Amino acid sequence: MLLIRCPYCEEERPELEFRHAGEAHLVRPSNITAMSDEDFEGYFFIRSNPKGLVYERWRHIHGCARFFNAVRDTVTDKFVTTYKAGEPKPDLGKPKARLPRKSARENVGKGKPAKGRAEPR
Amino acid sequence: MTNESFRIPGQGRLGQARLARFSFDGEGLAGLEGDTLASALLANGIHLVGRSFKYHRPRGILSAGAEEPNALVGIHRDAARRTPNVRATVQELYDGLNAVSQNRWPSLKFDVGAVNDLASPFLSAGFYYKTFMWPKAAWKQFYEPNIRAAAGLGVAPDLPDPDRYSARFAHCDVLVLGGGAAGIAAALAAAEAGARVIIADEQAQLGGSLRFETGARIGGAAGWDWAQASAARLAAMDNVRVLTRATAFGYYAQNFVGLVERVSDHLPQPMPDLPRERLWQVRAKRVVLATGAIERHMVFADNDRPGIMLASAARTYFNHYGVAVGRNVGVYTANDSAYHAAIDFKKAGVNIAAIVDLRDNPQGAAVDEARALGIEINAGRAVIAATGRQRINAMVVRPKNGGASRAIPVDALLTSAGWTPSVHLFSQSRGKVAFDEATRRFLPGDYAQDCVSVGACNGTDNLADTIAEAIAAGEKAAKEAGAKVSKGFKLKAETPEGWAGGMIGAAPGAGLDAKVKAFVDFQNDVTAKDIRQAVREGMRSIEHVKRFTTNGMATDQGKTSNIHGLAIAAETLDKPIPEVGLTTFRAPYTPVTFGAIVNHARGELFDPTRRTAIHPWAETHGAVFEDVGQWKRAWYFPRPGEDMHAAVDRECRTVRNAAGIFDASTLGKIEVVGPDAAAFMELLYTNPWKRLDTGRCRYGIMLREDGFIYDDGVVGRLAEDRFHVTTTTGGAARVMNHMEDYLQTEFPHLKVYLTSISEQWAVIAVQGPKSRDIIAPLVEGIDLSNEAMPHMSVREGRICGVPTRLFRMSFTGERGFEINVPADYGQAVWEAVWAEGEKHGACAYGTEAMHVLRAEKGYIIVGQDTDGTVTPNDAGLDWAVGKKKADFVGIRGLARPDLGMPDRKQLVGLRTRDPKLVLEEGAQIVADPRQPIPMKMIGHVTSSYWSENCGHSIALALVERGRERIGETLWVPMPDATIEVEVTGTVFFDEKGERLNG
Repeated sequence: MLLIRCPYCEEERPELEFRHAGEAHLVRPSNITAMSDEDFEGYFFIRSNPKGLVYERWRHIHGCARFFNAVRDTVTDKFVTTYKAGEPKPDLGKPKARLPRKSARENVGKGKPAKGRAEPR
Repeated sequence: MTNESFRIPGQGRLGQARLARFSFDGEGLAGLEGDTLASALLANGIHLVGRSFKYHRPRGILSAGAEEPNALVGIHRDAARRTPNVRATVQELYDGLNAVSQNRWPSLKFDVGAVNDLASPFLSAGFYYKTFMWPKAAWKQFYEPNIRAAAGLGVAPDLPDPDRYSARFAHCDVLVLGGGAAGIAAALAAAEAGARVIIADEQAQLGGSLRFETGARIGGAAGWDWAQASAARLAAMDNVRVLTRATAFGYYAQNFVGLVERVSDHLPQPMPDLPRERLWQVRAKRVVLATGAIERHMVFADNDRPGIMLASAARTYFNHYGVAVGRNVGVYTANDSAYHAAIDFKKAGVNIAAIVDLRDNPQGAAVDEARALGIEINAGRAVIAATGRQRINAMVVRPKNGGASRAIPVDALLTSAGWTPSVHLFSQSRGKVAFDEATRRFLPGDYAQDCVSVGACNGTDNLADTIAEAIAAGEKAAKEAGAKVSKGFKLKAETPEGWAGGMIGAAPGAGLDAKVKAFVDFQNDVTAKDIRQAVREGMRSIEHVKRFTTNGMATDQGKTSNIHGLAIAAETLDKPIPEVGLTTFRAPYTPVTFGAIVNHARGELFDPTRRTAIHPWAETHGAVFEDVGQWKRAWYFPRPGEDMHAAVDRECRTVRNAAGIFDASTLGKIEVVGPDAAAFMELLYTNPWKRLDTGRCRYGIMLREDGFIYDDGVVGRLAEDRFHVTTTTGGAARVMNHMEDYLQTEFPHLKVYLTSISEQWAVIAVQGPKSRDIIAPLVEGIDLSNEAMPHMSVREGRICGVPTRLFRMSFTGERGFEINVPADYGQAVWEAVWAEGEKHGACAYGTEAMHVLRAEKGYIIVGQDTDGTVTPNDAGLDWAVGKKKADFVGIRGLARPDLGMPDRKQLVGLRTRDPKLVLEEGAQIVADPRQPIPMKMIGHVTSSYWSENCGHSIALALVERGRERIGETLWVPMPDATIEVEVTGTVFFDEKGERLNG
């Protein structure tokens, strides 16, 4: 069972309190009716599902009930960081082959302001 | 020999222990409290305790611990408490214990299945995959049942488990796994530094191998005494928890460790309120692995004779339990540590027939001491066979490179091929083991988690080094976990013993001969020959060898056999061991009961049961309930003499003729509140909401972004900024989640609060022509007239003196009301409504009648008439989609080309040509019953009932181009007949809807 840090509660809590909610940073376009079929397919159906670092949504459903985002390594199952919904993707620098140990605990909450990047669709 | 004749007076630590009577296969025996079942059997001279898995060979006791592959027995407390496959080496003896041997018939000493041993040429590696192939059908009816009966372990109990199991979560700074010398030292160091420590050991007492290593001295005391004093010291510390009889079976992510504590399996008569086992789920900042090492046996011909055991096990039985495993004992080894067994025995007066050492020129203190004691040492020699069927009677010794052999009579043979570090938990933590060429063993390599290995599991062979390493690790772990290390903790330790050296793989004389059975894995009857054969037949990876031969499987998971098997495979492949690889260590380390895992989550506690406020009334009025998710819902209310059919027919008739009262409390209810509530509703539902007047209701449809129906329900607008939303019963939680998701992440600019109010409001539906007359006397402050309160309106007021949100709405097609009252008043208001209803001939109706009545009107149930691929248009609900709306969830999905195709399945009605025939829900529909099989299926029945009010059966169905087909005849092929149906509209009763306003 994983420990997940809720960025709203600012606490690590057991996985039992959370529910996974799919890929993060998929923004519903405000002009959704104007999307082409291809764009809608990309937005709604296609997911990247990479091996390694994933940006994903979680909900602290049995806690504060907030949705938030997380970066997790699918190889090690380790959380790199969690951050509030609406915040930009954290800048993780160059992707490394393997994440440093203990990163889930130590990288979080140190207030290193992540560089904002233009949101990909 | 049932008189404890092998217990040596003055030997061991059980001293003044009380007698414990027990039985084995019905024979009454005596042991001592503090014994294990194995030590008590050995004290009685009993070595033969089981039959092997495949060949039914007689088997004895190999070990004195959790690694035991042979001595598996059933422990029978009573009819329901029959635990199979218990290792006799870990089962503590209690007065009255009843053990039975397994896998033998008719008896342990005469076992018919032993014929398999003679037939063994036909039962070689992979025989399951090669034999029993023809005829194909015979596998299920004949081969499998017979193989399962003949080859196997114990028999599972056939009664429900009457025991309780408990569970605890725990947190600590430092979790020490293993309570031997290393674990105790690490725990002391961490605890003295102030860290919160949990130390766990699988045995009843801490001490580990100090149990048999009598030469060890730690902190100025004998090793075992130091261990007991230290255990007491740890237990007395506020920051330490000592868990004994607790096995760490699994090491999971982020230092999360699962342990099972055996609470009462060692007690003669456990108190009824004691759990049998307790599951501990521990989260530790740091973990110290002090899991020790497991001795390996020598692989030679017939090395499974009862009486052949690990040297350290024999020492444990001797030095701790005071039991000599024989009177004339041989030793076969390739390292030093087995010498100490011989020395201990010899010193206490047990004859050592000879030590056979594979090494050409063994040297060192242990060898010298043995020689000085007059023990015959046969260096450079091998044991090439053991004789004696149910008990060894001689070992056959020969120079290892060939030559003349001689038989040396023995009644027990102690073997040691060296020690295998227990890296199981390290490996489970996702750490990578590395092969150490110098010592030819796997040791912890790269760590993946915050843990450290100390002592024998880390390849540290010497006690002094182990203690120093453990103290350093304990202090470091405490410091890393945040404890303030003040004083250095020191301990002096010494022992003449060492665990280095040994050999892996088959010993000389393990034979390439097909007839030689030199066992690598006792539990699965895997021999050296089997592993060589697997390689010859093309297995290259050790994972394939394992599965082909079953080496390392079953309850012991190859604790003694894996490394031998790997070495033989590598030798046969002529490859270095690391290239052949090591099989994966998986949880659990030792078998874990289902009871411990399932724990409280069984029976009533398996899943919450939800009951409405009105449930007790329904119960006393004879309702039959059905499960709807976690809810218990009243299904129908049979009167005396009525079956379900009669009750439902009567309920359906009564609702349409007079009125019915229905408990609709399980409906999901969500309050949407805030200045942007209407804007939010616009986005989440297909319908337009902004122009819905306060006090009015609307049937809403919720889509997913892909355009398919997700949920539906009636929504009332209580105020400009307040909507009372209802959802399907099953959809309540996910609709709330769906709304929160959009509100929090896509539309966070909207000022809206969402509150689940499903449990807060009880809902009493009163439906039928008399519904208004029934509730009128109870309602205060609300004008119920058609003009003041038309169909699809909502009012707030009082009923029976309590607040109500009164909806005028209908899921039956009749004039109807849904009375929402605070749940605490639900039953009281229901009873008042019931009393009024009775005056008007009303009845209570259940979910079955509700389903029939709504189907008569063609009202859909999301999840029954829709399946996640149905659009509003498919369901005939296009009218509910706001055509002028700029946006709502699903608007783009609806515009996908496929969702506008003319050949989509559409919801229609079906009438059977035979009006009495009720279709089966889920039945497939075809256009032409004479087409060849496989037929083209053009749809399926979603809802189907007998309609008493219509006088014929009714059905709803999703049919390709359904609305175009109204009036057509279609066919429903069933196993016994093909049923002719006519496609109709979806409304079967009161097509104009006049009764709603009546």
